[in-house]
Amino acid sequence: MNITLHVWRQAGPNVAGRFETYRAEGISEHASFLEMLDVVNERLLEDGKEPIAFEHDCREGICGSCGMVVDGNPHGPHRAVTTCQVHMRSFRDGDEVWLEPWRARAFPVIKDLVVDRSALDRIIQAGGFVSVSTGSAPDANALPIPKDTLERAMDAAACIGCGACVAACPNASAMLFTAAKVSHLGLLPQGQPERWARARDMVVQMDREGFGTCTNHGACQNACPKEISVDFIARLNGDLLKATFE
Amino acid sequence: MELNPRIPSGPVEQKWDRHRFDMKLVNPANKRKYKVLVVGSGLAGASAAATLAELGYQVDCFTYHDSPRRAHSIAAQGGINAAKNYQNDGDSVRRLFYDTVKGGDFRAREANVYRLAQISTAIIDQCVAQGVPFAREYGGMLANRSFGGAQVSRTFYARGQTGQQLLIGAYQALERQIGLGAVNMYPRCEMVDLVVADGRARGIVVRDLVTGEIRSHAGDAVALATGGYSNVFYLSTNAKACNVTAAWRAYRRGAGFANPCFTQIHPTCIPQSGDFQSKLTLMSESLRNDGRIWVPVKPGDDRAPGGIPEGERDYYLERIYPSFGNLSPRDIASRRAKEQVDSGRGVGAQRNGVYLDFADAIQRLGRAVITERYGNLFDMYERITGECPYDVPMRIYPAPHYTMGGLWVDYDLMSTIPGLFVLGEANFSDHGANRLGASALMQGLADGYFVFPYTVGNYLATAGVSKVDAKHAAFGDVERETRDRLARLLGASGKRTAVSFHRELGKIVWDRCGMGRTRDGLREALAQIPVLREQFWRDVKVVGSAEDVNQALETANRVADFFELAEVMCQDALEREESCGGHFREEYQTEDGEAKRDDERFTHVAVWEWRGAQEAPARHIEPLTFEHVKPAQRSYK
Repeated sequence: MNITLHVWRQAGPNVAGRFETYRAEGISEHASFLEMLDVVNERLLEDGKEPIAFEHDCREGICGSCGMVVDGNPHGPHRAVTTCQVHMRSFRDGDEVWLEPWRARAFPVIKDLVVDRSALDRIIQAGGFVSVSTGSAPDANALPIPKDTLERAMDAAACIGCGACVAACPNASAMLFTAAKVSHLGLLPQGQPERWARARDMVVQMDREGFGTCTNHGACQNACPKEISVDFIARLNGDLLKATFE
Repeated sequence: MELNPRIPSGPVEQKWDRHRFDMKLVNPANKRKYKVLVVGSGLAGASAAATLAELGYQVDCFTYHDSPRRAHSIAAQGGINAAKNYQNDGDSVRRLFYDTVKGGDFRAREANVYRLAQISTAIIDQCVAQGVPFAREYGGMLANRSFGGAQVSRTFYARGQTGQQLLIGAYQALERQIGLGAVNMYPRCEMVDLVVADGRARGIVVRDLVTGEIRSHAGDAVALATGGYSNVFYLSTNAKACNVTAAWRAYRRGAGFANPCFTQIHPTCIPQSGDFQSKLTLMSESLRNDGRIWVPVKPGDDRAPGGIPEGERDYYLERIYPSFGNLSPRDIASRRAKEQVDSGRGVGAQRNGVYLDFADAIQRLGRAVITERYGNLFDMYERITGECPYDVPMRIYPAPHYTMGGLWVDYDLMSTIPGLFVLGEANFSDHGANRLGASALMQGLADGYFVFPYTVGNYLATAGVSKVDAKHAAFGDVERETRDRLARLLGASGKRTAVSFHRELGKIVWDRCGMGRTRDGLREALAQIPVLREQFWRDVKVVGSAEDVNQALETANRVADFFELAEVMCQDALEREESCGGHFREEYQTEDGEAKRDDERFTHVAVWEWRGAQEAPARHIEPLTFEHVKPAQRSYK
């Protein structure tokens, strides 16, 4: 199939960007979306032009490296699917496709479709952990955890840190990302000692990084490739409230 | 090249205990005076960096990713082994040790494997304390499953995302130390060379992948936790960026490279669908617990799988290996699948796969149970192939997945360069010629949390390492060589992309040094690879500049090292005139087509030494002795 691509090209964080148009020709419907971009890039290189910079790595939907806004949707046309897992059979011959980077003040563009997401790491640094140094753990079965509690924690822990929730949010809030970590650890008994400080400190850091606040649009949940629920945001808000009394 | 494994004396059960007592400690007040460079932030690197910082060392940690949470450990699906015996089914440290030595086809070091089995239990404790959500039973206790050729249930798992959850645990521990200022984290920073000064590893040269800056970092010890080299095959289950450069640069600076031909071909991957294919996707081996593998009896049978009656199906693993059946070890399951496809019984449009069928399991357990166990894997399969595995059997085929070979290390995980330690998949230590399922996560975390933090202390306390900073002449020399090399890649002004060369190299290595290897095939590869390498340096095309984000330059620099590795890999496979584990030399097989070892001649580790571009590398050996597990032909019948 043949596709026309309009791709955001930007040389660096302080340079204006613009859309450029490319033709992806003779693409197999079994190819993945990123394999289609590989083909475009190989041809650009052969023509002596700079390939489109984009991030990707595992191409199995788990590392969280990839992500671009495809026709206005973070990660592309499907629910619960990362960009790398989109396949060309989702498009039709002759389609025009628009590609943009995640857009958020806290995610400056590094080049083309590559953005700096280190703000998410700094939110984790603020409290997204259990302070247990190597060697000081009790036996793993010493602490029974009800299965449904565990499963709920796992639902939150499934976050891959890709940043699609931020890209989807009209406020560019990282509330879903933050809530997922606060809930993963806050649901488990291991996470109780630091539960209140964790919620407070991570949200403070989120604000400091220039992410917006949550106004309950729910776009984050729709964009999340791991289908993390906005219920976790409600849970985080509950913890935040309690944290002010702790 | 001196290869002293420095295995502590005493009974195998007591070696690690005794060694921990014999090792010198660094005074708590002095730890902050030492700096350790950790390259890589996967399970081994992140766990090591976090633990060293907790102990009080200065730590610099490097990753080429944008965040330490991206390393490819994250993609491990199935689980992590530990000899907890929570299921009361007869497991023990000794049994895990035994299984691992046997599974590795008697080509691993007994003392290392025993230590690994001992440490396995503490890893689970540590991870649970961090909040890793391992699966649990209704009573709240941890669940286990049997995995990849084990007859006990010792595998801990977190849905199909065990690697992700373990890595996030280590990442959180690391981020905590970064937040405390105890670790300097350098993301988007790729190690491009090792600096050896006065006979010791004293630092690394990195390229900042955003600005292109070439920069030196000095330290008192260097740890490489840089993963494996399966991407030498171009198509593998590894992430796109996985590469051998850090390990290969260390090899060229004097670190021995052990058993490069020991590569693991994983039996359950999605078959290739076309030439555009950029990588292969693994379907967790845990699927083999409930899925049954079969092909049509008749070659070229075009009927849909549902239309082939029971009597015309060959459940070949169950037939050949009645006691292990579909759970036969990876090397064996892979080779048998290749046999089926080679004999024309392959399935799918390209006839390049075998069926993995869940119909019986769905009937026996119900769809809900299957969804709970494998739901996310089934979804992933459907996304990639457009076929629903609840209705049609999956199609699978083996693909390169893991490399048992790697930089040679002694019992302390130190390479042949003093001060250079190698952790996780990047070293060769524990899996012999074949790795058992759920053992890679175990080894990465054992090295990072519980081995290296002790042994590096002993090195720092006893080696009398003088202070060296990045102004030492050795750093300038290495930086200059790096700049020259990148300039050469940019200046080649040829016609072909690095990826096109990589694809061609990968095909040679897969055809000649993949699942089946022959003397003639390997000789052919050894003739082809240098020709292609020459052509690469002459005709590669890289545009853009070295002072900018330049992904094409990053790729070309990595591919250049794969060429050299491929040659040594084939050389190693040629010299090892036996079959063992993942190394199957077609000339050496039993009457039933199983790997036939030659213990007389090859009960050793082959270690390769770089002797310059003009000279062939030298092959050295570390003899292996087996006092506890008697080498026998592995039998899974």
